[in-house]
Amino acid sequence: MAGLTLASPSVERRASSPWRETWRRYCRHKLAVVGAVLLLILVAAVVFGPFFWHVSINDIDFNATLQGPSLAHPFGTDDLGQDLLARMLYGGRISLAVGLAAMMVSVIVGTLVGALAGMSRGALGHALMWLTDLFLSLPQLPLLLLLIYLFRDQLKAVFGPEGGIFILIVLVIGGLRWMPVARLVRAQFLSLREKEFVEAARAIGASPTRQVVRHILPNALGPVIIAGTIDVAAAIIAESTLSFLGLGFPPDTPTWGRLLYDAKDYLDISAHWALFPGAAIFIAVMAINFIGDGLRDALDARRVV
Amino acid sequence: MTPLLEIKGLKTHFGTDEGIVQAVDGVDITINKGETLCVVGESGCGKTVTAMSILKLIAMPPGRIVEGQIIFEGRDLVPLTSNELDEVRAKEIGFIFQEPMTSLNPVLTVGEQIAESLRRHDGLSRKDALARTIEMLKLVQIPNAEARVHDYPHQFSGGMRQRVMIAIALACRPKLVIADEPTTALDVTIQAQILDLLQDMKDRFGMAVMLITHAMGVVAETAQRVVVMYAGKVVEEASVERLFAQPSHPYTQGLIRSIPRIDLDSEHKARLETIGGAVPILINPAPGCRFAPRCRHAVSRCIETEPVLREIASGHRVACHLGEAP
Amino acid sequence: MRQYILRRLLIAIPSLLGISLVLFTVLALAPGDPFSDLATNPNVPPEVGLALRAKFGLDDPLYLRYLHWLVAMAQGDWGFSFVSRVNVDTLILQRLPTTLYVIGSAQLVALLIAIPVGVYAATRPYSIFDQIANTLAFIGFSLPTFFTGILFILIFSVKLDWLPFVYTTDINATGIGWLGEEIRQAIMPVMVLALFQGASLTRFVRSAMLDVIRLDYVTTARAKGLGQRRVIIKHVMRNAMIPVVTLIALQMPAVFGGAIVTEQIFRVPGIGSLLISSILSNDTPVVMAVTFVFACLVVLFNLIADVLYGWLDPRISFR
Repeated sequence: MAGLTLASPSVERRASSPWRETWRRYCRHKLAVVGAVLLLILVAAVVFGPFFWHVSINDIDFNATLQGPSLAHPFGTDDLGQDLLARMLYGGRISLAVGLAAMMVSVIVGTLVGALAGMSRGALGHALMWLTDLFLSLPQLPLLLLLIYLFRDQLKAVFGPEGGIFILIVLVIGGLRWMPVARLVRAQFLSLREKEFVEAARAIGASPTRQVVRHILPNALGPVIIAGTIDVAAAIIAESTLSFLGLGFPPDTPTWGRLLYDAKDYLDISAHWALFPGAAIFIAVMAINFIGDGLRDALDARRVV
Repeated sequence: MTPLLEIKGLKTHFGTDEGIVQAVDGVDITINKGETLCVVGESGCGKTVTAMSILKLIAMPPGRIVEGQIIFEGRDLVPLTSNELDEVRAKEIGFIFQEPMTSLNPVLTVGEQIAESLRRHDGLSRKDALARTIEMLKLVQIPNAEARVHDYPHQFSGGMRQRVMIAIALACRPKLVIADEPTTALDVTIQAQILDLLQDMKDRFGMAVMLITHAMGVVAETAQRVVVMYAGKVVEEASVERLFAQPSHPYTQGLIRSIPRIDLDSEHKARLETIGGAVPILINPAPGCRFAPRCRHAVSRCIETEPVLREIASGHRVACHLGEAP
Repeated sequence: MRQYILRRLLIAIPSLLGISLVLFTVLALAPGDPFSDLATNPNVPPEVGLALRAKFGLDDPLYLRYLHWLVAMAQGDWGFSFVSRVNVDTLILQRLPTTLYVIGSAQLVALLIAIPVGVYAATRPYSIFDQIANTLAFIGFSLPTFFTGILFILIFSVKLDWLPFVYTTDINATGIGWLGEEIRQAIMPVMVLALFQGASLTRFVRSAMLDVIRLDYVTTARAKGLGQRRVIIKHVMRNAMIPVVTLIALQMPAVFGGAIVTEQIFRVPGIGSLLISSILSNDTPVVMAVTFVFACLVVLFNLIADVLYGWLDPRISFR
């Protein structure tokens, strides 16, 4: 049967790694790229800004209260004459740090629970899923408020006012957001553990840990990354909401939400005080949402046309 | 006798990220009244896209009918708008889809899915449409039709769902029925039943049938005429008897040779024959014959120029350089 | 179908118990036993204080206290508010209707925006309309509700002086005048919530529609020559709305949470602002009761979501 099988002269595609493919697909979303750029600017501003803008965050100056934007105070001043730009740069660090830390808590806890539930074939899996469903039924914001209310003082005593609240907020926000990640990870595990390549690994004697780490986890990464991105945005909003309700960081910590709390009674005379922090939260969250959307399309091969 | 359907030079292309896929690239197909035509070829040769182009059922971005005419009863369907085409769909040309498990709407009863066609095209009242629907279900041999008409698709097996699909396609008594691989997704035993049912319907209503398949066995059993497609083009066309007696295109020969046959075991080698290689990617296809890379008879002329369909006997056309005058 | 509902109900009860257990444990673990405030709080008359101590069994072991509390809750005896000097259940019943009214209207408006826009955008994907709708939706759910609320107040109350920004429950008018005033004061809190919900719903409706449009049975429907409108409404929407409806029910708890913020900004006297004020004034029984109400709402809406899903999708209720 051997015949002349000529080499096909048709298209030879450049082999590109999956990461480059993902990057290419991501860049096709203009909004996602815009989002990434915006976020980078914000992060750079809060991280490096204080090195360039040397005004202190609590220089009280009663001669310059409630002033609009000017050269001396590009974002204006508050009711104590404190410079808003400096306060926003400082608060921005905290807000973004809370977002990132809470996301890490929820992703780590969620991945652990999901992996355990996905790999187990017995009671442990069922118990963990029951626990996940229970946590999903808890009302988030009320519980958040309740926990802050109850444990605020104790943690302040141990870790100091700012540190205590930081730890509490991060743990509580992360602790109430791990469930979707756990579900995703478990679903991935359930579908992947029966796949041939994992069975093959099992057949050559790979231990369960090795199967998980080297074979299953990398494939589950995609949805987890997307969920993590959304988590950062949600955590930033949660912290801002808490601060806005007066139940977040201590009064003199200028997180963006706290600035809004202080500003909301002065809307008629100094709108700028509320507009700048509010806009900052909005831009940060929007940028992260754009990024999340771009990632979702880039990582999911099944695109909707 | 004017043919019922004449496809002339149809080209349907799809825009993708990697380039324009020329899925159907200059196809001529003719179907006469009351005739069963089989369109046969491998997956990806363009037979489904050709069929769906007739009723413009392909997704129109990214697909596009670039060129060609589809003349049905003397009227070209290509320039028609979707609204105008709605008068042809189901009423003149019916369509049976391949996957019975996903081709029926899960939240509507099967009765409703048949009756809505009847109400739309034949203007029947609800009562009359229901009566006709039950009739159709009985015709396609669904037992206990009066009760089953109110059941949902998930309550039927695959074979039964395909019968429902046939009922949907035939409800308005169309003149042509396109069946896109109607038995591929079914068990072998059910396959035979469905093919018999189709033949039965044809005997009863006298419609033309365009049966798309990749199985030569089905062709042998059902076809009157056959069109063989490869890589978006027609490579051979003949009556079923001539095709099996004198297959002239190397691809057709390969297809016929690859049918497993127990009666030839003693004369031929015990190995199943295959056609080596794979279907080419249809983005910027190379000039020349598209089958050349897999053809054991290919010569340099095959790579340079594309062969055109030429008549080698009455009603038998082949697109191949073999046997051409130099 | 009835069996399905019954089964769902039976699952809901352990959920409720689980949540109540979590709540109670949280409170019990909290430092500075909130229950002991009862005895020392000067606002509480001594007889009531004693009765409460007995009822809560503050000297009993933990599990007994939980059972006492659970039984009391189930009987509708939710305790006594330190601050307002009334029974907690009276307080909550007073304020709950306002919250329900604001949230209900917001959800309605959100649907009235999201469904037409989402469906239309799905039928013309990547068109100008779709891109604008998508971008607006993004902006909509990236704007935190407290910022939108502040912006609205700034524009409509401060600058334009069209709308009042404090909500009152007694309006000095009757008939149409009263209705007009009601709408005027409710419109901002309702719109803040509606825009936020509407934005995320629009995106979801659009993606649910797009998921269904490319399915095989939609091609079958088109092959029947039914016409674009009928295919979209009868075949696509009927299927796409199933996940949308369940999502709405599942999102209700989050909407209630969002209402907390809105009630604070606009001073709407609902249970959200009640929660905040009771937290700020250390009114523990109210805090516990309101949190429990929120938890019940979550379980209730999960149940509704399940039942709706079973009703809309014929494949489910036959299980």
